[in-house]
Amino acid sequence: MNRQSGRNYHEGQARTSRRSVLKTAAAGATAVAVSPFMFNIARGASDAVRVGLPVPLTGPYGTEAREQARCAQIAVDEFNAAGGLNGRMAELLVRDDKLNPGEAATRTQELIEKDKVHFVCGSLSASVQLAVNEVCKARGVIYMSISQSDEINEVRDFSKYTFHEAMNPHMTTGPVGRYVFPKHGKRIAFLIADYAFGHELVRGLKREGKQYGIEVVAEVKHPIASKDFSTFMPQIQAAKPDVLFLCNFGYDQLNSIKQAIEFGFKNNMQLVVPVLLYTQRLVGGAAYDGVVGGTNYYWELENSIPSAKAFNNSYRKLSNGSPPSDYGAYGYSGVSALLAATRAAGSTDADKVIAGLEALKYDKYKGLQYFRKCDHQSVQSVYIIASKAQAEVKNTYDVFKIVHSEPAGEGILRTCSELGL
Amino acid sequence: MSDIGIRVFGNQLAITIRVVARHRVAAVIATLVLLPWVVPYEALSVNILLFGLYAVGFNLVYGYTGLLSFGHAAFFGVGAYACGIAVATFDVNWLLAIALGTIVAGFVAMIMGGLAIRTRGIYFAMVTLALAQCVYYILYQWTDLTGGENGLRGVSVQAVNILGLELNLLDPMTKYYVMLVFVALALWIFSRILESPFGAVLEAIRENEKRARACGYDTLRTKWLAFVLSGMFCGLAGALYAIHLSIVPIETANYTMSGQAVMMALLGGMGTFFGPFIGAAAYLLLEDVLTLWTEHWQFFVGALFVFFVLFFPRGIWGSLLHWVQR
Amino acid sequence: MFHSGLQLLCGLVFGGELLHTWPKNALAWEPILAFVDIPLQLWALQIFTGLALGSVLVLLAVGLSLIFGMLAVVNFAHGAFYTVGAFAGVFVFGLTGNFWLGLVAVPLIVGTIGLAVERVLLRPLYGRGVDYPLLLTFGLSYVVVDAIRMIFGKVGLPLSAPAVLQGAVNIGIGYFPLYRLFLIGAMVLIVSGLWLFLEKTSYGLIIRAGARDPEIVRVLGIDVSRVWMVVFGIGTGAAGIAGFLSAPMQSVIPEMGIPVLVQAFVVTVVGGMGSLPGAVVAGLLVGVATSITVMIAPQLADAAMFGLMAIVLLLRPQGLFGHRGLME
Repeated sequence: MNRQSGRNYHEGQARTSRRSVLKTAAAGATAVAVSPFMFNIARGASDAVRVGLPVPLTGPYGTEAREQARCAQIAVDEFNAAGGLNGRMAELLVRDDKLNPGEAATRTQELIEKDKVHFVCGSLSASVQLAVNEVCKARGVIYMSISQSDEINEVRDFSKYTFHEAMNPHMTTGPVGRYVFPKHGKRIAFLIADYAFGHELVRGLKREGKQYGIEVVAEVKHPIASKDFSTFMPQIQAAKPDVLFLCNFGYDQLNSIKQAIEFGFKNNMQLVVPVLLYTQRLVGGAAYDGVVGGTNYYWELENSIPSAKAFNNSYRKLSNGSPPSDYGAYGYSGVSALLAATRAAGSTDADKVIAGLEALKYDKYKGLQYFRKCDHQSVQSVYIIASKAQAEVKNTYDVFKIVHSEPAGEGILRTCSELGL
Repeated sequence: MSDIGIRVFGNQLAITIRVVARHRVAAVIATLVLLPWVVPYEALSVNILLFGLYAVGFNLVYGYTGLLSFGHAAFFGVGAYACGIAVATFDVNWLLAIALGTIVAGFVAMIMGGLAIRTRGIYFAMVTLALAQCVYYILYQWTDLTGGENGLRGVSVQAVNILGLELNLLDPMTKYYVMLVFVALALWIFSRILESPFGAVLEAIRENEKRARACGYDTLRTKWLAFVLSGMFCGLAGALYAIHLSIVPIETANYTMSGQAVMMALLGGMGTFFGPFIGAAAYLLLEDVLTLWTEHWQFFVGALFVFFVLFFPRGIWGSLLHWVQR
Repeated sequence: MFHSGLQLLCGLVFGGELLHTWPKNALAWEPILAFVDIPLQLWALQIFTGLALGSVLVLLAVGLSLIFGMLAVVNFAHGAFYTVGAFAGVFVFGLTGNFWLGLVAVPLIVGTIGLAVERVLLRPLYGRGVDYPLLLTFGLSYVVVDAIRMIFGKVGLPLSAPAVLQGAVNIGIGYFPLYRLFLIGAMVLIVSGLWLFLEKTSYGLIIRAGARDPEIVRVLGIDVSRVWMVVFGIGTGAAGIAGFLSAPMQSVIPEMGIPVLVQAFVVTVVGGMGSLPGAVVAGLLVGVATSITVMIAPQLADAAMFGLMAIVLLLRPQGLFGHRGLME
C-alpha cells in the first residue's frame, strides 16, 4: 500500500478543479455571513459606565458568587437612581469564571476587549484574583478585588490599577489574635490549609501572638479541598493545645470543624476560625456552636450603624427578607466605591478614577472606609464573632454574636515598606 | 425543498469536504484565518487556536498511533511554565521562551514516554495519568519558581518586534494572527510528519501493532518518538497559552486538562487532521454559549460527549468524512 | 532497556522534589529530627486513623476492581456514583429520619442506577475497543455530577451520624471517633458479605467463571450480558455505600467524588485490577501509608501516592494480587 493511495483511502478522492475551489470559497463566505455568532448576547450599551464582574457562578462557591453579583447589582441600581454619571447609567456585566484562573483571565479579556468595560470587580479565590489583576493591569483597567489575599498588596502583583476592597488575612489575624490569646490560653495549635491563604493567616497570628508569649505546640498542614481530616487530628490531640486555629476557608472549614468535633476536640480546646463565613455557618449548623472567628460584616450591625441598616434593607427587598452575607457585602461596597469615585472624578478615565478612589472616604455598610495610598488596601473595621449555641438562636439568620469590634485603622495593616511599596 | 435541491446541496457539501480534506493544511489555516470574525470574542478564538493545537498534539498519539494517554496536561503545563518562567523571572526574549517551552515539554515527554511506552492499553492510560500527576505536584510544590497554587503571574509580553515590525500583542487581533503563524507552522510540520514513512508506521501500529512489529518495524522506538513529538506540539500550545493569558495557572498541568484533550479529540474526530480543531472549537464554543444561558453547562457538554461516544465515535469531522466516502 | 534507567529516574524525580521543597521550610526538617520523639502512642493512633481512612478506599476499590475484572471497563464515573450514594443517603434520611435504613436503601438505589447505566449506555460499546467504555464513563461523570447539582442544589447538605455513633471513645491509645470505628466494622462486614457471595454462592461462581472465560460461560447457556449488568450494579452499589458512609464525616457536596476517584484508581492499580483481596489490602495499605506520610512529610503525601502508582505499574503492572495480561 503506497502512501498516496493510503491518503486517498482516508480522505476521499477529489479532482481539484478551479470550480470546486471557488465553490468552496463561496460556501465559506456564506457561512461567515450568516454565522449565528454575529449576534451579540448580553452585551453592554454604548455610552454606559460598564463594570465587569467575573465571579465563580459554577462550582462549590456558587452561592457566595451569586451573593456578590446580587449585591453588586444593588450598588449599580443605587448609582443609577441617583442620576448616574451626569446621566450616563452604570451597567454590571456578570461573567462566570468557574473558579478557574485560566477561565477568569479569558473572561476578563473578553470583558475588556469585546465589552469594553471601564472597570473590573471580582472574584473569589486568591489565584483567580491575581489572574484577573494581571490581565487588567496590562491593559490599564482598574481592578477592584473583593476577596481575601495578602499577595495582591505586595509589590510583585500590585499596580496603580489594583484596588483591594476586601480584607487581607493579615488584617483579620491581628484583631482575632488580640481577642483570643488573652482569653483562652497560651498553648496554640494550627491546622493550616496548605496554600498562600493559610500560610498568611498563620504568619499573622504568630506575629500577634509573640507579645502574649504563646507557645505553638502543633502546626499541621493539610492540602486544600481535603475531605478527610482524620489523619491530621491525632497529632493535634497529642499536643494538648488550649486553642486550635483552623486556618482555612469554605468547605475545608466546615469539614475540619466537623471532624475536630468527632475527635472530641470541643471538650478540650477552643476552636477559632480566623475567617468565619456566614454562608458556611448556615450550612454547618450545630457544628459551629461556640466557634469564634473574624469577619468583615455581620448583618446585626444594623442595630448600631445606619449604613448597615440601609444596605440590609435594600438587600431584603430582593431576597424576600433574608439579610446579606459577609462576602455579598464586599460586592456591594466594592462596586459602590468604584462608582462613587467615578462620580467624584466626573469621568471614566482610569487615572482620574484612581485619583478619585485614593481620595475617597466612604461609608457604605459598616462605617468609614478609605483606600491607603501605597497599596490601595481598603482600611476598614473588623469584627470578632462567636457562633451562637443552637438554644440561643432566635431565627434562621441569627447565628452569630458580635463580641468585639475593631475600628478601622492602619494599625492592623502591614507597613508599606514591609510590602515593598 | 425539492428532492433535487437536497441532492444538489448534499453534493456541494460533499465536494467541499473532499476539497478541504485533500488540501488539509491550507484548509485548516484558511479556516483559522477567518475564525476571529466568526467567534463572539477574540480571546475565545485564541483559546480555540491554542487548544486546537493541543488537541492536534494529543491526536498524534491517540488518533494516529492508537495510544490513549491521560497525561498530556503535563506537556501543556510544562510548556506553559517553562515559557512563562523564562519571560517572567529571567526576562528572556519571547521567541526564545516559546522555543524553550517546546523543548522542555519534549524533554518531559521523552522521560514520561520512556517510562510508559512498554505498557499497553489501559495500563498506558493509567501510567501516563500517574506520571502526569507527579509532574503536577512537583510544579505545585515548587512555589518559588512556579508560584504554587496561585500560578505564575507576570508573563507580560506586550509588544513584539518581528522583522522590524512593531506589533502590539495587547491588541487581540494582532495577538491572534501572530500566534496563528506559530500554529500554522506547527500544522505544516505535523502534516509532513503524517505523510512521511514515519507517519505510515504510526498508522500501521494503530491498526495492528503485532503485525507492524512482524514487518520489522521497531514499534517501541516509533511510539516513543511519536510521544516526544506529541509532547512538543502540546508544549508549544502551552507556551503560547502562557503569553496569551499572561499567567500560568496551576490547573494547566492538572489531569482535568488531560481529560479536555481527550474530549476535544473525540468530539472532533480522532485520526483526522481537521478533527481536533473542530473538536476544540465545538467544545469551547459550546461551553461559552451554554454558560450564558445556564449554569449547568457541564451537564450538556457531558451528555453531548456521551452521545458522541455512543453514536458518532468518529467525531464531527470524522463522521462527515466517512459519510462523504460512501 | 529501561529498568535501571527507571530506578535512576525515580530517584532523580523524588530526590529533586525533596531537595526543592524541604530546605526552604525549616519546619519540615523537624519531623525527621523528631522522628524518634514521636511517641508510640501517636504512631498507633495515626495508623488506626489510616485504617479508617483506608476503609472507604477499600469499598471504592472493591467496586472498581470488580467492574474492571469482569467487564474490562475502567469506570471513570465511580466517583460520581460515590457522590450519588451520599446524596441518596441524605434524601432517604430526609424522608425517613433513619440512618440504618439508608445503609440498606442506598446501595440498592445506586446499584439500580448502575444497572440501568450498564444496560443502556455501556452494552452498545462492547466489542468496539477498550477505550470507549472508559470515555463514556468519563463523560457520564460530568452528567451525573451536574444532575445532582440540578436536583439538590450547589450548597453542601448535612448528614449526621446517628446519636449512638457520635462522640469519641478512648481506645487505649487516645480518643478516637466512634463513627470511624463503625466505619471499619461496616467495611469488614460488607467486604466479607461480598466475598461470601462470590466464593460460596452459585451466582458468585458464575461471576467468577465469567471473569475467567466469558465464551465458555455463554456456551453453557448463561446470559453473560445479564451477569455483567449485575456486576456493574454491585460495583456501583459499593461506591454508593462508600459515599453514604463518608457523608457524616464531611459536607455532602456535588464535587465530593472528584478527589476520591483518583485515590480509588491508585488503590485499585496497586492492589491489582480485578482482585478483591488486592483491593482490600491495597486500600488499607494506602490509607495507612497516607496517614503516616501526613505525619512525617506532609508535602509529599499527594505526590507519594501517585509515585507509588507509577512504580507499581512499571515494575509489577498486575499489582500486588492481580493477574498479568488483564489490561492489554
